[in-house]
Amino acid sequence: MASLKDLRNRIKSVQSTRKITSAMKMVAAAKLRRAQEQAEASRPYSERMSRMLGSLAGGMAEGAGGPKLLTGTGENKVHLLVICTAERGLCGGFNGQIARLARKTIADLKADGKTVKLMMVGRKGRDALRRDHEQDFVDYITFQDVKRMGFVQADDVANRVLAMFEAGEFDVCSILYSEFKSVIAQEPTVLQLIPASLPEEEEHGAETGGAKALYEYEPDEEQILEALLPRNLAVQVYRALLENAAGEQGARMTAMDNATRNAGDMINRLTLEYNRTRQAQITKELIEIISGAEAL
Amino acid sequence: MAETTEFELVSPEKLLVSEQVEMVVVPGTEGLFAAMPRHAPFISTLAPGVLEIYEGGSVKDRIFVAGGFAEVNETRCTVLAEDATPVEEIDKAGLQARIEELDKEIKFAESDAEREAAESKKKSAETKLAFAD
Repeated sequence: MASLKDLRNRIKSVQSTRKITSAMKMVAAAKLRRAQEQAEASRPYSERMSRMLGSLAGGMAEGAGGPKLLTGTGENKVHLLVICTAERGLCGGFNGQIARLARKTIADLKADGKTVKLMMVGRKGRDALRRDHEQDFVDYITFQDVKRMGFVQADDVANRVLAMFEAGEFDVCSILYSEFKSVIAQEPTVLQLIPASLPEEEEHGAETGGAKALYEYEPDEEQILEALLPRNLAVQVYRALLENAAGEQGARMTAMDNATRNAGDMINRLTLEYNRTRQAQITKELIEIISGAEAL
Repeated sequence: MAETTEFELVSPEKLLVSEQVEMVVVPGTEGLFAAMPRHAPFISTLAPGVLEIYEGGSVKDRIFVAGGFAEVNETRCTVLAEDATPVEEIDKAGLQARIEELDKEIKFAESDAEREAAESKKKSAETKLAFAD
């Protein structure tokens, strides 16, 4: 049985753990709100971008031979996976979920005889996959020093992807990130970036009021697409990064909430045990004194 | 009140302007164009320049854009801008410093790609500065 001093020390240490986790929870909640606002603010841009892209690609589809970013290289051998994870841990299963999906995707692609290249965005993902897949890593980007995720960061990632694509280093590119469903639910998702996956045709039809409006283009369709597609890539990456940022904070908040609650339970249990032990000790001492007096 | 068209200016980070306007003059790559109600459907890329919002026949707002895309149709005009700053908020001193910094970067660039990147950044900063007056 633990001595009174041991119990006291344990209670104290669990108490300070609880202080830390509850502070982290509060910080995560504040950050989550900010991340959500940011994600919200970026939505109009990506919506309008895909609307524009939809109407452009609709016109392009008939005449084949569009830009490679839209149609692909015509091959399907080398896959680049951009795997986005958080920079920090202590956020429940958040990083683990993405890593698990990544492993599965890699295994599936390899089983199909494809070559896989990995671009790791975020430290935790790299750490998780380093053991099994380090030989497939081609690039590693970390935002450890970045305070606030901005479009600049997404642009950086997109530019690296584009540079690799232009060098012919891969045929298909997908991004893995965690979709922010709600504060307690994040769902790891794979989204194909190159060739660009286009918004649903119906959606676009509804937007323009049923009848497909005929657009005029300036300079011309091809040039606009050439400018628009890389931009679209960056926007998709940006969206993924923001969703991830929000998801990370959400996951951390839930995890820390649980931890705080567990610590509270533990303190209660330990306090009970402490009091019992203390009482037992007092009783024992009393008995000793009484029986000592009786023996006289 | 004259007929209006829905004008939206969005940057990747947020929705900057969303209002009903009578006319917007947009700096397209092939020249300025004015988006008005019942304009024919039209998509264009943008050149760095100043976007002017008109109300009652005179300029109400002037916003600098570094590039992007514009989509115009009968009822609305959407501008996806890369970098949008109202003209009166352009930080001239900051830009000046930035250009000097980029000059150094160009001088000491280690590869052609780096130099080109710095040069294009410098050029866009210079255009921005030129429009500030």
